[in-house]
Parts: sequence; structure tokens; C-alpha cells
Amino acid sequence: MFSETRKNDHLLLLLFAIVTLAGPILLAPLGAGYPDLLQRFCIFGIFAIGFNILFGLTGYLSFGHAAFLGVGSYSAVWMFKLLTMNVIPALILAVLIAGLFSLLIGYISLRRSGIYFSILTLAFAQMSFSLAYSVLTPITNGETGLQLSLKDPRILDATNTSGSLPSTNLFGLTMNSTAKVDFLGMTLQFNIGFYFCAIMLIIAFYISMRIFRSPFGLMLRAIKTNQTRLNYTGINTRPYTLAAFVISGMYAGLAGGLMACTDPLAGAERMQWTASGEVVLMTILGGAGTLLGPVLGAGFIKYFENIFSKINDNVLHNTFAFLPDGLEDFVVSILHVFVGKGWHLTLGVLFMMVVIFLPGGLIEGANRILSWLRTRGKAGDNTAESKETTTTKTAVNPAE
Amino acid sequence: MGILEVKNVNKSFSGLKALQNVNLSVEEGKIHAIIGPNGAGKSTLLNCFIGKLLPDSGTVTFDGQSLLGIPPHKINQTGVSRVFQTPEIFTDLSVIDNVMIPCFARRDGSFSLHAVKRVEDEAEVRDKAEQMLVDVNMADKRDMTASSLSRGDKRRLEMAMCLAQDPKLLLLDEPTAGMARADTNNTIELLADIQSKRHITMAVIEHDMHVVFSLAQKISVLAQGTVIVEDLPENIKGNPKVQEAYLGGAH
Ligand SMILES: Nc1ncnc2c1ncn2[C@@H]1O[C@H](COP(=O)(O)OP(=O)(O)OP(=O)(O)O)[C@@H](O)[C@H]1O
Ligand SMILES: [Mg+2]
Repeated sequence: MFSETRKNDHLLLLLFAIVTLAGPILLAPLGAGYPDLLQRFCIFGIFAIGFNILFGLTGYLSFGHAAFLGVGSYSAVWMFKLLTMNVIPALILAVLIAGLFSLLIGYISLRRSGIYFSILTLAFAQMSFSLAYSVLTPITNGETGLQLSLKDPRILDATNTSGSLPSTNLFGLTMNSTAKVDFLGMTLQFNIGFYFCAIMLIIAFYISMRIFRSPFGLMLRAIKTNQTRLNYTGINTRPYTLAAFVISGMYAGLAGGLMACTDPLAGAERMQWTASGEVVLMTILGGAGTLLGPVLGAGFIKYFENIFSKINDNVLHNTFAFLPDGLEDFVVSILHVFVGKGWHLTLGVLFMMVVIFLPGGLIEGANRILSWLRTRGKAGDNTAESKETTTTKTAVNPAE
Repeated sequence: MGILEVKNVNKSFSGLKALQNVNLSVEEGKIHAIIGPNGAGKSTLLNCFIGKLLPDSGTVTFDGQSLLGIPPHKINQTGVSRVFQTPEIFTDLSVIDNVMIPCFARRDGSFSLHAVKRVEDEAEVRDKAEQMLVDVNMADKRDMTASSLSRGDKRRLEMAMCLAQDPKLLLLDEPTAGMARADTNNTIELLADIQSKRHITMAVIEHDMHVVFSLAQKISVLAQGTVIVEDLPENIKGNPKVQEAYLGGAH
């Protein structure tokens, strides 16, 4: 499933869809089969796929994409407050507003390239964060964050008489309703919100695949490789980079909107630079410029974040109870810094290892394992095919 | 009147006078060679044609229109392509993709949101790109990554990329540097063939006199930023000024 040759696109898409939809079953043994986490996989997967269209293809490294995520969330929540709890209008507005916002920021930031571009996007995102946090309180509800309230008009919805906050829905299907099934001793949870996010992820992946394979995508790749040559080949690179920037901003808006769909609130912290940095890590960790890499990176980071940040000293003490007391305390005090709130330290170490040993990200790792298996499995008779795969791959994944 | 007219062009780099009152007239459909010792200002002159450099004074007109102050992609879209002294190609992409990009630029203009069809399904463009690779003898290297090509092949690839645009004026900055003898001869044949069949006007900078005298129909000799002679090839060899320029340049 990792060989991204252009020929087996349909197969890749099919596998991607199956794996995504079967997520609740496949990930249950890993302890990740519950809706909240599965939704996060999809949402951050979408965020990273979009980011990769800008960074992976054109090489323009934005440090401000969380701003669009935040804008998407705010727009969606406003739609829930004013119009209806149906998620569709909310998502449409989220994508549109994030698109407009990225058009503005992109138009200005793309006047520079390289590190100056990165700094400009970072500056804009921090400005957006500050605005959301304080100045624009009437729109964003500042520190508290934007939330639903019983007094909201919701002009399209029937009057709410239940006395509790309504929940988000897709034409009546409630997002947070879950069917639980016991299967081989595990509890499988099939959640509407997850399936909605999963379908969005599959669509997002499909669009990204089409962009990757199109002449437009080829131009974006050419920008990364040699912008000068492209200019002297009659191509105006600015609208291309701007289009990529806006598309990736819209993806971020969709992700932000979906966050609000699964949990209808929006806060300024979603726009903070750490959130922008996270999507950069996801993309690079998974494999920038590859189709599957960003999704893989997003899943990887969210999964391990979930595990590591839940571990506390008690868990550590229990795990290492078999060691002599002094040693146990020593080991726990060392590991303590890597878990719980210290999860970012673990992430940092992981990230450094990947960048140093697998510069192409997890996808490169997977490809290496696959080609190793292949050469071991069918030594000799298959060299032509594997050679073809590698050459196409170097053309397809400009990951270094 | 030539298709490319250069009048009194001056350019200095912080005091260094790279071009002084350069005049040049390239006739339509002809191959015009620009020769001269290292540092004479040949590449600088080409830079003034493609929007890379803005001369301090003087005029450059192509097809009756001034090229000065126009962004590179617009100049290219009017029909001016250039092969650079150090190959400018898309090193991370495959050879065929390298040639398809200029084909798309030719067909779709300087910007198009063409994201519906897959690159593979653009049969017309692909066939044209493949034909260009055949023309420069590189069909067998179609799927290689461009960075892995030899220096001579990179240059031939760049030539294929420029020719794929059907330019009206092709600027070649030392097209055979770094090529083996056989490839140099192939290149001479290719350029002569293109010129006779497609009537593309060419301005060629070249150090290799074998190439110059095989192709050029007119020669300009540039030394220390000025054109010292512009004449037919048969009159250039014996010209004492030219000999002096080359000997002087060697010091
Ligand atoms: N961008 C620049 N900034 C400063 N000086 C430059 C620049 N470009 C060229 N020069 C100088 O202008 C002079 C002419 O350079 P140019 O590259 O045009 O020579 P050339 O005739 O192409 O030589 P060669 O045969 O070695 O390619 C040289 O002295 C060079 O150092
Ligand atoms: Mg030169």
C-alpha cells in the first residue's frame, strides 16, 4: 500500500478508503478504537494533507497554518449559533472563510520566499492569535472561547425546548451517537461523527491525489525544484504558489470546521504557533511530498500523544514494580520527563531520529522495508519491476 | 532590420563596466554567434534579453517590442527561450516531466489551474515531449531523474525543454560545453536541422570554434564589454582585431 507509483492510484485510493473506514476495527487492538481519537486522526490527517499540498509540493514552509484551522472552527461555531446545528453549512462557511483568509495572508507572505516567507506566515498567525484572544472578543469570546448557548437564534432549527444544548447533526443524524458492538472481547464503537470525518478524509485524500497527478501539481513540484527555470519557461509562479496556499488554507479550514462539528467550541489556542508547528512535524515525520505520508504522520503523532500524555508516575511505578526499589525510583524519575506533560520531549526525540535516519519520513521507512522484503522474497526475477518502482518514486516523492 | 535589435546597451556592476554601448542585430531565421574571451560580457548580454537584468541604458527590442522591464515569464511567452551556461533544469523531476513542463507552458500560458486531467492522460503533450527527447537522442533516459544525468545530457535536456516551446528566438549559452565530441557533433546537426526546418532564430554563445564555424551565419565578437567586430564568419578568422582580443583576453 505504500508504493506510490502513478499506475496504481485507484488501488491506493481503494485501500486508503477501506483502511480508513475500518479504522474502528483495525485500531481497536491498539487501544485507539474509540471515536474521539479516531476523529482526531481524520481531522489532523486532513490538516496535514492540505499542508502537504503547499509544503510538500512547492517547498514553501508555512508556520502559520493553525490560523486557518482556528478561523475554520470559529466560522463553524458561528454557523451553529446563528443558522443551524447541521454540519454542512458550518463546514461550507469554514472552508470559505479560511480560503479568503489564506488568500489575504498568502498574497502578502508569498512576496517573499524561504525563511522570510516562513517568518511572515508565523507573524500573521501570531497576530491572528492575539486578535482572537483579546481584540476581537465580540467575535471570538476571547479567553473563554466561543461556545454554544441556549439563547442562540439558530434560525433554521426548530425551537429548542429541551433545556439542554443541542448537538451537531448531519440532516438529523447526531454526530456524537455511537453504536457499540462487542467483538472478540473488544468493544467496537461505530460513531457517526467518525464516519463523517472519515468520508471527509477520503475526499480530501482523493482531491490531493488528483492535484498531485495533474499538470497543476507538476508545476507546483517544479516550483520546489527550480523556480528560476520555471520563470524562464513562461510560467508565472506567484499565482501557482498562491493557489497552493489557498487550497491548503481551505483544507485547514475544513479540519477546523470538523473539530467544531465533533465538539462545538472554538478557542484561540487552536491558532497558536505550537499548533502550526505540529502540522509541520506531522508532514515531515510522515514524508513531505508523498501522498500518504502526512496522514501517517498525523496518525502517528496523535496516537503517541494519546498514549504518552496519559502515562503518569503511578503507571510508571506499576510498570517497573519488578525492579529493586532504588532502581525503580531512578528509572521512573528518568522516564517521568518523557511522559505526561513531557510528551513533547519524546516527540522531539522521535522527530530528530526520523529526520536524521529517515529523511524521507515514515513513508521512506515503509518503502525500505517493502523493497527489502521484495528483494528477499523474489530475489532475481523481479529486479526490473522494483527498479521501475524506485525510479518512478524518485520522480513522485521529491522528499529530500 | 533584425528580429532582435540591441542598441547602445550599457550595464555596469558596481563600477565594473560589463557592457559598453553594445549594438547587435540578429536577423530572423539566422544563427548568430556571439564569441569573445572569458568575462567579455556575453552571458550578461543575454541576461538583458530575458528579463534577468535591466540595462543601465540602451534599448532591446524583439519583434518590434521592447523587452526591457518585462518580467521573464512574459518575455518567454512572446517566444524567447534560453539555454543557460550552467544547466537550469528541474533536477528532482524525471526527464520526461522536465520536457512536459515547457509543453504545458506553451499550451496553457503562464498560469492555469489545470487539475482535472492527469499528466499521463495528456497524450498530445506527452507525445510532443517524447518527440523532443527523440530529437536530442535522449529517449532512452525518459524516466531517469534529471539530477542523475551527465553534464552533457543535462544540457541536451535543457535544449529539448527550450525547443519544446517552439520559440521564435532561441538563446544558447555555450550549448556544447561539457559534451563529448560525438555529442557536440550531434548538437551541431540538431541545431542546423532545426534552423533549416523550423526557421528558429538563434543567438549562440560558444567557445568551441568548430561549433561556431559550423553553424554561424553571422558572428559578433565581444571583448571587455564592447562589440569589436560584427561580420560574416569567413571574414572573422583573419581579422586582426579578433586575434588581438583573444590574445589580450588571455593575459
Ligand atoms: N551579477 C553580477 N554581479 C557582478 N558582476 C557580474 C555579474 N554578472 C557578471 N558579472 C561580471 O561581468 C563580467 C562579464 O561577465 P559574463 O558572465 O557576462 O562573461 P562571459 O562573457 O559570459 O564569460 P564566460 O565566457 O566566462 O562565460 C565579468 O567580469 C563578471 O565577473
Ligand atoms: Mg558566460
